Amino acid sequence: MTAEQALYIPPYKADDPDVVGELTARFGEQTLTLQGTRTGMPVVWVPREKLIEVLSFLRGLPRPYVMLYDLHGVDERLRTHRQGLPAADFSVFYHLMSLERNSDVMIKVALSEGQMNLPTASNIWPNANWYEREVWDMYGITFDGHPHLTRLLMPPTWEGHPLRKDYPARATEFDPYTLTAAKQDQEQEALRFEPSKWGMKQHKEHEDFMFLNLGPNHPSAHGAFRIVLQLDGEEIVDCVPEIGYHHRGAEKMAERQSWHSFIPYTDRIDYLGGVMNNLPYVLSVEKLAGITVPARVDVIRIMMAEFFRILNHLLYLGTYIQDVGAMTPVFFTFTDRQRAYKVVEAITGFRLHPAWYRIGGVAHDLPRGWDKLVKEFIDWMPKRLDEYEKAALQNSILKGRTQGVAAYNSKEALEWGITGAGLRATGVDFDLRKARPYSGYENFEFEVPLAANGDAYDRCMVKMGEMRQSLRIIEQCLKNMPEGPYKADHPLTTPPPKERTLQHIETLITHFLQVSWGPVMPANESFQMIEATKGINSYYLTSDGGTMSYRTRIRTPSFAHLQQIPAVIRGSMIPDLIAYLGSIDFVMADVDR
Amino acid sequence: MSWLSPEMADIVIQILKSLVIMLAVVVCGALLSWVERRLLGLWQDRYGPNRVGPFGAFQLGADMVKMFFKEDWNPPFVDKLIFTLAPVVAMSALLIAFVVIPVTPTWGVADLNIGLLFFFAMAGLAVYAVLFAGWSSNNKFALIGALRASAQTLSYEVFLGLSLMGIVAQVGSFNMRDIVDYQAQNVWFIIPQILGFATFFIAGVAVTHRHPFDQPEAEQEIADGYHIEYAGMKWGMFFVGEYIGIVMVSALLVTLFFGGWHGPFGLLPEVPFLWFALKTGFFIMLFILLRASLPRPRYDQVMAFGWKVCLPLTLINLLVTGALVLAAQ
Repeated sequence: MTAEQALYIPPYKADDPDVVGELTARFGEQTLTLQGTRTGMPVVWVPREKLIEVLSFLRGLPRPYVMLYDLHGVDERLRTHRQGLPAADFSVFYHLMSLERNSDVMIKVALSEGQMNLPTASNIWPNANWYEREVWDMYGITFDGHPHLTRLLMPPTWEGHPLRKDYPARATEFDPYTLTAAKQDQEQEALRFEPSKWGMKQHKEHEDFMFLNLGPNHPSAHGAFRIVLQLDGEEIVDCVPEIGYHHRGAEKMAERQSWHSFIPYTDRIDYLGGVMNNLPYVLSVEKLAGITVPARVDVIRIMMAEFFRILNHLLYLGTYIQDVGAMTPVFFTFTDRQRAYKVVEAITGFRLHPAWYRIGGVAHDLPRGWDKLVKEFIDWMPKRLDEYEKAALQNSILKGRTQGVAAYNSKEALEWGITGAGLRATGVDFDLRKARPYSGYENFEFEVPLAANGDAYDRCMVKMGEMRQSLRIIEQCLKNMPEGPYKADHPLTTPPPKERTLQHIETLITHFLQVSWGPVMPANESFQMIEATKGINSYYLTSDGGTMSYRTRIRTPSFAHLQQIPAVIRGSMIPDLIAYLGSIDFVMADVDR
Repeated sequence: MSWLSPEMADIVIQILKSLVIMLAVVVCGALLSWVERRLLGLWQDRYGPNRVGPFGAFQLGADMVKMFFKEDWNPPFVDKLIFTLAPVVAMSALLIAFVVIPVTPTWGVADLNIGLLFFFAMAGLAVYAVLFAGWSSNNKFALIGALRASAQTLSYEVFLGLSLMGIVAQVGSFNMRDIVDYQAQNVWFIIPQILGFATFFIAGVAVTHRHPFDQPEAEQEIADGYHIEYAGMKWGMFFVGEYIGIVMVSALLVTLFFGGWHGPFGLLPEVPFLWFALKTGFFIMLFILLRASLPRPRYDQVMAFGWKVCLPLTLINLLVTGALVLAAQ
């Protein structure tokens, strides 16, 4: 390991004042506008002409902000609570992360409708590329100097920018859809593949390249994912991933659902993560509402989240081995998943999408006999994991297929916004459950599995280790489940506590309003990131003091992981790409939202 | 009945025997589709097809009905003649090779003096099925499959032949019956020719494009490769052709290395067919078990393994055998 890989991660510093000091010292107080939020980080508005300077400064600081964690926009035109903020029709935010400081900073820039362009940040962080394309796609904000500013999630023929507030959120608000002959021709024409439009070369000096269209329907693409390969024989000269086939507009839906009724939509973001998806959302809403949950709620949430981590990793393990050509283990991991689902089903009543966490608690208390089921599972699982390791992962053919394949180092990983096992496989000890504990993870004993080579094999071994640690955490939950209520006693807990409603007309009215319209969250902004199944997943919520979110930004790990593919796979062969895709652990719903 | 001279009767009986053997091989091949799925089910902790008939044994009938009644579809962009020829070659090449296999002392289609060479010729022809299919399909996935197939076959045919030369040197004949007789008098070739067996077995798997040498079809990578454009009966012929290949190679392994129709230590010589069938069945199962248990190496690794490991091994084997044969004379 190099010195850089053995990075020391200090304790988490929320609302880090240092960076504000450094920024003020460099740019002066009058250039910057500080916004007070509940996001847990300083939020600094900067003027557009200073933007690149500020971003480069933060990237170049000693103990730099190495990762562009997130970048997106907000339509500010209908926002009423924005006292003290620069006038803006739209804004774009840059969420930067520093591992050496273990703290974040958010830079915001205001835009007026007359001047909808910004300089690109893709020269500072390469992963700004897709984020900026998405911002253009969703808001129509252009980025000067961007290498390839085209639609990312919406089809190339799409009209309008869906996340703008004047764009309808429901199909019923549109005119009925018609497909004219002219439109059909136009759509057909848009499907025609031209390598140059994708930024690829057609031929080299003496021979033409072959272009292979892998997906959107391909057995190893793990969903509706398309990747166009530029091939020289079987060697991948270049490739362009294309996403958006699974886009459902979850962020737009969040703006038309109540705070409570959006919970089931979060389940479907990473559809293998189940309640793990609920967690960052409800934690974030609870920050807005100012709710502190009882200890029992924390422990129940952690236990269920870890169950889903195991469920996800088992599926990952099976499909990963299947992708390198061994057909059997996937059936065994599915048998194990069935055993985990037995517990999940008994506790939540559902399997894939329990939508079981609530604002201020969980949906119900644990059922009688839950401990016996959990015990059965944690007794069963470890010997199975040993078996997988021995029978499949130590197989020399499998090692030959994956060791040294699709390897990248810590520096590249951070540049591309890689989180989760993909980052830890390069030796960076960054697991949010340790680095920035949430929901009471600081009370548990577990280790963070690491590896050094950052190749396809190491990513899988890290995930294997994580399953063992998850079992340890579940065992501690089982042994130390606190007594107490499963819901916080707070006016914004949803559904609200009902004990007094039948005696008290005032409580009954509040209860009725809160159940029918939904809770009203105080106007503010909040943010929560968690170590989800595939990497860091976070919800950045903006409330304008209503029953619905003003803006919900869902940052998913898979999006960043897929953007990195061309940088890693150039020069490898098709089978390497398949092993690489298998080792990433992504689902397209998590990419496209 | 004057035309039924003894010679004529011999010919008729021989033709009937040949037909019976051919039908048996084809039916075995087709039945294997069900056997494989059931066995995989057993090893993978699930049932497999168990609905049609006792233990799902009539699944084959259901599959045949399905395949026969599917539309015989040729995509508009294919080269029709070659596209149609490919599955015919796939099914017939290794089926024809079966003529040289002596099933029992009295059963067998042809007793060719060049028995082994005939098999090599047919195995060499079999690759044309994949090449034709991959080329005529006019599909990039199919083309990559065909490219892989030609590269793989080229590498593995080299030592497919060489691996058996040790046997030929010891017996002094290419004739299959001579080889079986030699084993009955001396010792089964699995013992003196263990290296030859290992390399021939590997090459045999490669010839049939079975896992882990299924590079030309590699579902996870090139989505079934060369037969991606095929459907219905044409696809079915590829499918059955693959199973016939398994039966053929298993039968060959038994004939060349495991004493053919003889039992071990001369046990029960009155049931030669049973011994032959038992041993062949064992190798067929081994093929299926391989598929259930191994990942697939990358295709350049397959090449490297063929040239750098298997070929030297066969050469060493041939040299040592040759030296010993010369020394014994």
